[in-house]
Order: sequence, then C-alpha cells, then structure tokens
Amino acid sequence: MIRLLFTIIAGVLLGGVVHLVSVLALPRIATQDAYSRLTPMTRLNAVTPLPVADPGNSPIPFMDPAFAMAVCRYDLSGGPIKLTVPVSQAYTSVSFYTRNEVAYYAINDRSAGRRVIELDLMTEAQHNELPEDEEVTAADRLIIDSPTTTGLILLKALAPEPGLMPQAQATLAASNCKVQTDAPAPKQEEPAPPPPSPPRSKR
Amino acid sequence: MRLVFITVLALVLATVVGLGSTYVTATRGTELGTLTIGAWTARPKNGTAEVDPYSRALIARSGELPIGTGDGIAFSATTDDRKKPLDGRCDVVVSGVTPAARFWTLTLFDRKGHLIANSLQRYGFTSQEIIRSSDGSFEIRIAARSRAGNWLPTGGIERYALMLRLYDTPVGVATRTQRDAPMPSITTAGCP
Repeated sequence: MIRLLFTIIAGVLLGGVVHLVSVLALPRIATQDAYSRLTPMTRLNAVTPLPVADPGNSPIPFMDPAFAMAVCRYDLSGGPIKLTVPVSQAYTSVSFYTRNEVAYYAINDRSAGRRVIELDLMTEAQHNELPEDEEVTAADRLIIDSPTTTGLILLKALAPEPGLMPQAQATLAASNCKVQTDAPAPKQEEPAPPPPSPPRSKR
Repeated sequence: MRLVFITVLALVLATVVGLGSTYVTATRGTELGTLTIGAWTARPKNGTAEVDPYSRALIARSGELPIGTGDGIAFSATTDDRKKPLDGRCDVVVSGVTPAARFWTLTLFDRKGHLIANSLQRYGFTSQEIIRSSDGSFEIRIAARSRAGNWLPTGGIERYALMLRLYDTPVGVATRTQRDAPMPSITTAGCP
C-alpha cells in the first residue's frame, strides 16, 4: 500500500518535470505557429502583402481586419537587412518577431518621426562588426538587433474606414525589405509611388 | 514483476499529469502577468521580449502574432461584466469610453480567432467609424439582427470574443487599474 502511494507521488512529481519541459519545448516544436503558417505564402527577404482578414480566409488567427498587413520573412545569414516603409495617412507600424514569435521590437510612425520608417536589422554579431566610424556617420540610422537569425517583420497600415483600405495597401506595396549589399548601389528602380498621375498630353 | 508494474504506473502517471497540465495551460492560458479591467483582459508582457513561457506556448499553439508594445496593446473579453459568457443570440451593449490612444479597433471573433461572416462585411469598428454622443462616449450594440446606431452583427453564433486593440497608447506594462485605463463596460441587454 505504502509502495503504491509512493509510486503515485513519484509519478506526480515526475509529471511536474514533464510539464515544465513540454511548456518550454512547445514554441520549438509547434507546427501551426505563425512563422510556419506564413512560410508557404511569403518570400524570403522580401515584402509579401497578406490578404485582408475575412471570414473565409485569414492567414493567422485574431488578425485585425482594419489593417492592411504585409510580412517580410527574414534570414540574416546573408547580411543585415534594410527596411524602408513609407508612412500612410492614418497609422503605420512595424513589429519584429523572432523565429518563435517573441515580439522583441515594435515602432510606429510617430515614434519614427519621419515620412519614411527606415531601419537596419542585423544580428548582434553583425552589429559588433560594424566599423566604428560608419556607426558615427550613420548616427541617425536606426539599428535593431535581432536575437535570432530568422524571423518575421510585420508591417501594418490602418484603414480607419473600409474605403481607405486600397490606400493603406498601396503604402505597404511601396515598402522595401532586402539584404544590404556592401557597396552603396546606384539609385535604381525605387518602387514607383502607386497613384498614377493623370495622363499628360501626348507628345 | 511488481517493480516493472510500479515503474510503468509512475511513468504513465507522469505523462498524463505533465502533458495534461501543459495542454490546459497552453489552451486556456494562465493568470501570469495579466491585466484585468472589468471584463477585459490583456497581457502587456506578450508584446515584449520578457514574455513568460506559458504565454509563449499559448502563442505558438494558437498561431497568432502578439501585438508589440511599441505598437499597442490588445484587450480581449469573452464574458460581460457579470461574468456571463458573450452569446451571439443576445443583445450585448459595449458602452463608455476607451483609454487614451491614437486609434483603437473593436473586433468580434469566434473563440478560435476567425471573423464571423455577415452580409454587411462588418467585423468591427475603428475609433473613426464610430458614432459618438456629444460627451465623447459611445455605445455599440452587438446583436444577431440589425440595430440602430453602431450595430455589430454576430451572425447568431453561440460564443464569441471581443478584442479591443489600442494603438499608440500609454497603456501597457505599467498600467494597473481602471483609473489608468477606463475600459468600456459590457452588458447583456436581453436574450430572446
């Protein structure tokens, strides 16, 4: 009898260990987490617009239907990433997530304080390798350290009324997320501002 | 023989207790680090790198992306102020004011985080769409059939959840009480 009691106590104690280990392991073994859900529908190191949430189709649960959203799934092993997001009329924000959906940084248009949110994303090692002087000259550059080499950047633009959704989507379509090349590339193919100007008289 | 039996029993018990409790905490969540104001609950730490392991497990299991602290905060409610579960067949009134924020959105989800289909294609309100009374307060009627004013359709589902998201707001990790964050009240006005 006493032996059975002892067994039960041992089982429950061991169960506590199993519980702790499984809770800590769950983010690593989950197959339906946001990163896994978004991987098939997004390109690596590029901005992919997400469909606006509707009842038939929402890529991730609890998506805010008032927002146009886009995702940049990043991998920093090829070098730091440069992100530029033009600011929309109402509200724009950029949130950074690790591979396991820890929201380690988020910024909105007002705290960025400019017409365009410009950020450099790199790992801590890449940040340490930055030449000292470059960091000084680029003092106004916002540098974010990513705790993991892969992760997600979520870009959001608010459409305060349903009619403003196309405008919000156009803002995100003009944003850019790509691996930084060493040499400052010559200015080229900046994504054209979305609203086409009225046709001028033919030449 | 007896030793084998006892060992197997202990191991089975450990598995059931361990995985069972993990399932419960990763599905329902824990009270750890929650901010509760009226019927509304938020987890301000979920938007930071200091998120607790239970919330991380919950987020990984549900597949959502928590809202970052620099972006805003999300409050959710599954019951009214009297702890009665929100029922889509009843008339529910959300009224009052919201904490300071540049924008907010109120959205109706089913318990799994999907939007509910309706002919108006209205799934929530933003702070700019809402019709307010002269003192700045508002009243949203959540019901299956159309109502005057700010009507949010439920599609008649039995259980739903409301999510109030504040964007660019001082409400966050330091917020404790109703005085810092006056949340709207939720009352069930009547059931058919």
